[in-house]
Amino acid sequence: MLEIKGIGVSNGIAVAKAYCLVEPNLTFDKYEIKDFSEEKARLQRAIDLAKIELELIRNHAIKKFGKENAEIFSAHLLVLQDPEMRMAIESKIDKGINAEAALDEVASTFIATFESMDNEYMKERAADIRDVSQRILAKLLEVDLPDLTTIAEDVIIIANDLTPSMTAQLNKQFVKGFITDNGGRTSHSAILARTLEIPAIVGTKIATTSVEHNEMVVLDGSTGIAIINPTQEVVNEYEQKKEAFEAEQAALRAYIDQPSVDRDGHHVEIAGNIGRPDDAEVVKANGGDGVGLFRTEFLYMDRNDFPSEEEQYIAYKTVLEKMEGRKTVVRTLDIGGDKELSYLTLPEEMNPFLGYRAIRLCLEERSLFRVQLRALLRASIHGDLKIMFPMIATLDEFRTAKNFLMEVKAELIEEGFEVSNDIEVGMMVEIPSAAVIADLFAKEADFLSIGTNDLIQYTLAADRMNEKVSYLYQPYHPAILRLVKNVIDAAHANGKWVGMCGEMAGDEIAIPILLGFGLDEFSMSASSILHARAQISKLSKAEMKKHIDHILTLTTSASIENYVIENLL
Amino acid sequence: MEKQYKITSSEGLHARPCTLLVSAVTPFSSDVQLTYDGRSVNLKSIMGVMALGIPADGIITISANGSDEEAAVEKAGAVILEEGIGVEV
Repeated sequence: MLEIKGIGVSNGIAVAKAYCLVEPNLTFDKYEIKDFSEEKARLQRAIDLAKIELELIRNHAIKKFGKENAEIFSAHLLVLQDPEMRMAIESKIDKGINAEAALDEVASTFIATFESMDNEYMKERAADIRDVSQRILAKLLEVDLPDLTTIAEDVIIIANDLTPSMTAQLNKQFVKGFITDNGGRTSHSAILARTLEIPAIVGTKIATTSVEHNEMVVLDGSTGIAIINPTQEVVNEYEQKKEAFEAEQAALRAYIDQPSVDRDGHHVEIAGNIGRPDDAEVVKANGGDGVGLFRTEFLYMDRNDFPSEEEQYIAYKTVLEKMEGRKTVVRTLDIGGDKELSYLTLPEEMNPFLGYRAIRLCLEERSLFRVQLRALLRASIHGDLKIMFPMIATLDEFRTAKNFLMEVKAELIEEGFEVSNDIEVGMMVEIPSAAVIADLFAKEADFLSIGTNDLIQYTLAADRMNEKVSYLYQPYHPAILRLVKNVIDAAHANGKWVGMCGEMAGDEIAIPILLGFGLDEFSMSASSILHARAQISKLSKAEMKKHIDHILTLTTSASIENYVIENLL
Repeated sequence: MEKQYKITSSEGLHARPCTLLVSAVTPFSSDVQLTYDGRSVNLKSIMGVMALGIPADGIITISANGSDEEAAVEKAGAVILEEGIGVEV
């Protein structure tokens, strides 16, 4: 029995025999040719044959994944017939180089260009070019590429990497999952695995060298763990997990179009946390009531310069449009400290979590902050935008930020831009000082959103990245619960709503307590939404009140956790 | 014959918009060029266009040279506007 670990990119469990994909032998010699026009004709024939094959794959993909997901093969067909690539290859042939070597040299140049690009998406395009050029090469060498459509028994595919065209050939009836050496979360294969809803693990580095053809494999796409040659015990264990997972998925799907209400019909909001505009789709696909936290840092990362107002405007507008009128809470830039930008030089700090970051930095670097606020305000007419400021510690900070926002708004209106008049302006409560004086903030903010990840680490003075003190990361610590309750009570006393956008909001132990406290909005990762909605539908806020009275008398995190497990799950 | 556009598609000129643009101009006999940030590429070459890595908000110029140059530039422009890839500047 051997365990290997990679990145779980598509949830679910599979137990089946390994099908080790034999990499086709595409080695070739570089040699001198004399008949240039015959060599070019040979290249043309190879391209024509590859085109026929690729068209079949595209049609297959359209049928299986729908037109939108098959679009990449239209791009492949254009790569196959790319005039610049053809010219480059032909000019090498004219120098007496055989077609195989000429193709390989040209394709390698393009692949290197894409791989060196400073952008995850563009890097992935190198795989597309490799896929297409290998197909032409195989035709030149008269070698067959693996045909996955012939698989007719239950298998888990083990491969170095699955090319997009191979993934399109997967038949869900027999292919129960796949494990690859390479790839990441945004690889084609990962995306298609999620579309097909088959479990998958990528980036294991060692799958192909650790697994033999026909060996038994257990794959858990949620944890990224695969077990080779499992004992019968392990197989039984995973078979059970698989059944439980599938039953749960089926049961949860019933909640997609349901309102988020408790057993008595008390309404709450269950929203999603997002980091990129595309994530909004995932929130909708999971039935989210809105976006409770849009982290805008992504716009600033993996690049060489600040994003322009226009670029940000487009990103915010995209999210608002995708959410179709559902509530969308955007958090202004939270960088500095441990989140660095290559193009913004900040002095190194002894305690980055306690340092110059988030709203502290934005209030100092006004020009940077102005660009983001302008983009947000301009986008506000495209949906239900709410803006919140991160890391607020004092009332002055909130007032300064809000006044600046109003100033920027006035500027925009003067310039002739249209700006919504219904934008709520709130703040994150993630610093203990803000939680303690939540009553003062609630008079001035339109809403409060509790960021538990930081609130816990600041309250218990424990760096959550430090394993030595990770035992202090206690969401159910009586101090945390009292702070959370204080924030909720203070907001409600002032007629304001309260959300929570940390991990805790989607935690099944915390949910009953938070419901009892009267939390209005639970914002979590999209994959937790249905689970939370199902859990809340079985609870009663009114009934939770008496449990809350008892929970508040308990003295330790462990005793509170045990009480919930024994009485409320 | 040339026209300028600003890319508004949120992910920039990615595979999908490139596919649409390249497919649209390929049938024309004229040479069609796309210029971004001082670099010009053949708009019939998907790899050339993708390799420019044009982001949202990038300004591109489409130009053509040949017997059907006007029709080619217009067709490219129509695709950009209809598919929400960009706006004219």
